[in-house]
Amino acid sequence: MSDYALFLGCVIPNRYPGIEAAMRRLAPSLGITLYEMEGASCCPAPGVTRSFDSQTWLTLAARNICIAEALGKNVLTMCNGCYASLKEANAILRNDSVKREAVNKVLSEVGKSFRGNIEVKHIVEVLYNEVGLEKIKSIAKRQLKLKAAVHYGCHILKPSELREWKSHERPTFLDELVAALGLQSVDYQDKMMCCGAGGGVRSGLPEVGLDMTKEKLTNITRTGADVIVNCCPLCHLQFDRGQVEIEQNLGEKFRIPVLHYLQLLGISVGLTLDEVGAKAHNVSLETLASRI
Amino acid sequence: MSTLNLLRGSVIRSEDLQAHFVEEIVKAGGEKIRLCFQCGTCTGSCPSGRRTAFKTRELIAKSLLGLRDEVLHDKNLWTCTSCYTCTERCPRGIDVTNLIFIIRNIAVRSGVILDRHKVALGYLIKTGHLVPITDNYMKLRGELGLEEVPPTTHKHSEALKEFQQLISKLQFDRLTTSAEDNK
Repeated sequence: MSDYALFLGCVIPNRYPGIEAAMRRLAPSLGITLYEMEGASCCPAPGVTRSFDSQTWLTLAARNICIAEALGKNVLTMCNGCYASLKEANAILRNDSVKREAVNKVLSEVGKSFRGNIEVKHIVEVLYNEVGLEKIKSIAKRQLKLKAAVHYGCHILKPSELREWKSHERPTFLDELVAALGLQSVDYQDKMMCCGAGGGVRSGLPEVGLDMTKEKLTNITRTGADVIVNCCPLCHLQFDRGQVEIEQNLGEKFRIPVLHYLQLLGISVGLTLDEVGAKAHNVSLETLASRI
Repeated sequence: MSTLNLLRGSVIRSEDLQAHFVEEIVKAGGEKIRLCFQCGTCTGSCPSGRRTAFKTRELIAKSLLGLRDEVLHDKNLWTCTSCYTCTERCPRGIDVTNLIFIIRNIAVRSGVILDRHKVALGYLIKTGHLVPITDNYMKLRGELGLEEVPPTTHKHSEALKEFQQLISKLQFDRLTTSAEDNK
């Protein structure tokens, strides 16, 4: 069994709780024991915090890491943004003693101190590198005969300096995880392009982000994909709610269901669409019901 | 009309340049900006640049020249989604995305911030979450067998106080209201 401190973030617990429910229900069969990071906050998001004040971003990320350090467990995130913030902050604070001291001086106000003795991991990293494809195949009860458009999201891959994937331009790990559940991962134009939500663009200049999302959705539609599979709740939100926003603002209609990999894995082991949080979705998952 | 008059507005004059701008960027950790040789790989890789007037190479050139006000007040500075493609591909090894974060930090300190971002930051400072919980999602959490209130700053008021204490120590709350003060 491996132990992890579960970092919830914002979008998963507060908008797509089905992803969290799937994580918690899957953990025992994956050999993972989860510990709660009581009192954790937003990671905080790299776009809408680091863009404004790097020092605040680093200090608030350090506070979250301290909660996991007190548990003595490595952090597990289900979100690319949380992964980016916590992983990079962890690396900066470990390697840069000047920045570490400055952060710890502020943290001492609340009785906390960054030590630098835990790692930050993304669930997809754990599934691929630690749990392994064979184990995932063995717990999957249903083979899902669906065509999937896989979207990695930028921050699981980049900056590559801090990550160990073989390639950030042409990665295959998420496609392999999807294929392990019986789905066919289809190739599409500009597959590695950003969803459009990051960097504070979704919150600040939504029309720019949605234009990017529309381009991806157009390319995905051409392949006849049944579902978009992602591993980041902000990309998930941008694709799911974004389809409604694109219809309202740009007059173009798409209806492609969107699933986080944890929801897909949950469905494969026998959870219902409702149990993985179908109700929270803007694009109905109904079209998948008859296919699983 | 003299040629000089015709060119007015498109000519960059030495009195418009604030040469210390690049020092400000370097001091904040962006020293590699000086390595840029204007190849344009960043612009060519940028998904925002494909659909807006945001040109990463131009941002760097203007910053090196010292066109501080022009750079800080350009709304396109906020179209970067931080996808890191430019950073990965830069042949000079410049961490371009971080450079954009640094320039944004300077913009915010100078009072330039989008209204929509102020709203988002209000949620963060008030709740500890950029995307806070609502009643509907609490109900859905309950239906899924989860604690209705997630075990974050939402559930623990003392943790939220601690979070807010750090924010006021760092004067982050003042930073985000400075734009209004400067109006």
